Amino acid sequence: MKFVKESRTLIKQNIRDYGMYIALFLIMLTFTITTDGLFISSRNISNLINQTGYIAVLAVGMTLVIVIRHIDLSVGFVAGFLGAIAAIMLTKMGLSVIITIPVILLLGILIGLVNGFLVAKLEIPSFVASLAGMLVFRGALLLVTEGTGTIIINDEFFNAIGNGFIPDIADVGNIHLLTLILGTLAIALYVWSQIRTRANKKKYNFEVTSLGMFILKISFVSVLIACITWILAGYNGLSWTVVVVLIVVALYHFISTKTVLGRHIYAVGGNPEAAKLSGINVKKITFIVFGSMSMLAALSGILYTSRLQSATTTAGTLFELDAIAAAYVGGVSAAGGVGKVTGSIIGALVMASLTSGMNLMGVGISYQYIIRGAVLAAAVIFDVATRKRRK
Amino acid sequence: MIMVEHILEMRNITKEFPGVKALNNVNFKVKRGEIHCLVGENGAGKSTLMKVLSGVYSHGEYTGDVIFNGEVQKFTSVRDSEKAGIAIIYQELALVPEMTVYENIFLGHEIRKGAAIDWNETILQAGEMLKRVKLNVNPAVKIKDLGVGKQQLVEIAKALSKDVKLLILDEPTAALNEDDSENLLKLLKELKAQGITSIMISHKLKEVIAIADTVTVLRDGQTICSLDAKKGEITENVIIKNMVGREIDNIYPKRNFKPSNETVFELKNWSAYDPGLGREILKDINLNVKKGEIVGIAGLMGAGRTELAQSIFGNAAEYQLKGDLIIKGQKKVFKHPDDAIRAGIAYVTEDRKGNGLILIDDIKQNITLANLKSISKNGVINQNEEIKVANEYKASLNIKAPGIEQKVGNLSGGNQQKVSLGKWLFARPDILILDEPTRGIDVGAKYEIYTIMNELVRQGMSIIMISSELPEVLGMSDRIYVVSEGRITGELSIEEATQERIMELATN
Repeated sequence: MKFVKESRTLIKQNIRDYGMYIALFLIMLTFTITTDGLFISSRNISNLINQTGYIAVLAVGMTLVIVIRHIDLSVGFVAGFLGAIAAIMLTKMGLSVIITIPVILLLGILIGLVNGFLVAKLEIPSFVASLAGMLVFRGALLLVTEGTGTIIINDEFFNAIGNGFIPDIADVGNIHLLTLILGTLAIALYVWSQIRTRANKKKYNFEVTSLGMFILKISFVSVLIACITWILAGYNGLSWTVVVVLIVVALYHFISTKTVLGRHIYAVGGNPEAAKLSGINVKKITFIVFGSMSMLAALSGILYTSRLQSATTTAGTLFELDAIAAAYVGGVSAAGGVGKVTGSIIGALVMASLTSGMNLMGVGISYQYIIRGAVLAAAVIFDVATRKRRK
Repeated sequence: MIMVEHILEMRNITKEFPGVKALNNVNFKVKRGEIHCLVGENGAGKSTLMKVLSGVYSHGEYTGDVIFNGEVQKFTSVRDSEKAGIAIIYQELALVPEMTVYENIFLGHEIRKGAAIDWNETILQAGEMLKRVKLNVNPAVKIKDLGVGKQQLVEIAKALSKDVKLLILDEPTAALNEDDSENLLKLLKELKAQGITSIMISHKLKEVIAIADTVTVLRDGQTICSLDAKKGEITENVIIKNMVGREIDNIYPKRNFKPSNETVFELKNWSAYDPGLGREILKDINLNVKKGEIVGIAGLMGAGRTELAQSIFGNAAEYQLKGDLIIKGQKKVFKHPDDAIRAGIAYVTEDRKGNGLILIDDIKQNITLANLKSISKNGVINQNEEIKVANEYKASLNIKAPGIEQKVGNLSGGNQQKVSLGKWLFARPDILILDEPTRGIDVGAKYEIYTIMNELVRQGMSIIMISSELPEVLGMSDRIYVVSEGRITGELSIEEATQERIMELATN
């Protein structure tokens, strides 16, 4: 009985988070059934995840932007523009990837600091400032691709970022061995860190979840990682895109939950006045968040350009709205101060799964938009409803 | 309609909020055609009473009867009371700055011709109304281009355009300079001649004495007395006695401890000019605080107390500051609250929900927010240490909550205040500024907070306590400064301080 009670309070406290995972699970299950298992096939899942990469990194940055009560509409064309610059550096200027990528990321940060300046120092509403940025970078993208049209990239190393997979260490038939090993390592690392956290809490004499619940939780997550690993190992293994996204998510999750900077970001979102009176430099936080946003936009541009193996004149169109949708589906609140980086990734996966599944089912593009819109609305309604009930 | 002598009678009005009785059996009568002043300390229930009257608290949310023009009224919204002929003008004016004077006057009851607004008629009538309030401006100028005094007159013109019978003004002269105040009082007398009854809430007793036909004093949610000008009952002494005539009971814990002679904090000729308002909001403030001392800052709302605290705390970028701020003999300049915190100052704000706490965060996150550095290494927070700290403060301040993971927004006022206090104690300050430390919290929690304050000064902290509750100021302070209109109008040792003396200085 105690176990049931504990699980009930756990669910009640975390209904928003759990709801999202359940939604993703249900969506995947539905598509798996309606497509006779095609959806869950290694190849499709691998493709799905790789296609989501460039939106996922944007969603991570957008989460923090929305958390501090702002918005950034410029990210789509910043990604498109910087992708084109990357293409030009690699082709016309003949620079190597090793130089190109850091330079592009740096340019991203610079653009973000300009946005931060407009929003924090000049106090222009971020909606307007970034709308202006969107127009400017759309123009800039056209300007740099005007003469050449689509720029084809032949750099194998660069193209691998969006299309390649991590190499295998040994040939064992259809299974990607290194992916399996990494998956196993990930599970081991997860279990070890959970046990350590629990032990640490016990050392402080804090209340911890019961042993049964603890084992249930780590087994569940371990099985989940194992499943994903198995599915990916069945195709080409881990792609470089997934590796990049995982690193970004891990880094931002760490910053947002474990560091002083993260706490300050959420405090600014929760109550800017109180944050300021607590000695937090609200302007500095705004600069950092916008800087990080545009850096991730640059990364998104790299991922997208690499995936297409070329820079196009329309790259980046509507990326910002996909990222914003992913963040909202992932539980970010427009009122500020609430929203998890991991949630936004799940949000991005939900949206990508819908597109992929409906494509496999042959649903017309018109219905796809309508359904995705409905899901976005439903997620926000669920959010508002659960938040009200908690009061 | 029968013309009754009293245009308004409020009978046995009781209004409760969770935990407090804001109004307790209040009786309030206003004669037709008089200027009736309503006075009382902050929190006496004046505003609540007027909200009952104007329908902000709708019929059923209070008990008792509101009889207006001889009929029992059951207002459920401000619109209802407006229809009956009651207009209320709040201290914060309800005008739209970007709209013109004539648009504002008829906002909400536009003059129509068919489906469209008849602008010509609107402008014409607006001009008439402006004449009645003796305001000589073009009705086509925008509100934002007018000074506060003129804006107030526009508000009155707006009320007149609704055919008002009873005009209520909530501290109308608080934000006005002397000329504008005088002007306004003159206008009230003229309106009285035109047959309009006014109720004025005011803290400025000189004004009250100058214009009131009747004065009603409220205290602690009860009617204390009604004074008649014709009988010569309205004098400053009588009003003050009735406003404060409360016994200081033993809700203030004793402190067997004297502050040292060491001055830890000093302001010298401290002035602040607000370019937005175009006037000095703090003028030549000189004060000092000793180690282990509780210094009370008394004064009425709007006297500049909070501005003083904000300017000390480095949260006054919009003001032009002059004068010296000296901590332990060293001059300091704070550009940002962070500078002040580093120098050992903490500031528990008056508005804990608005700018004190992050309501969507839990107790633990709120308590550690101002001093995360002390529990982190290389920018990474030791979250176990954080839980430990939060639990310690929860225990020592007796914060009543199921756990430190409880969202602060769900706590009662008293417990929120303790979290606020905990947050600033964790920042380990030498000087603690408390702005209305016990506003809106119950007596039990008040006692606890007073006890904590005593313990803090015993440990060597110095406290600057801003409060509009006189008994609190008298019960807790070692020394008292009285602030009025941005100036320190008096410094009193606790021995010479009385409620009457403070009120005299505060209404100066």
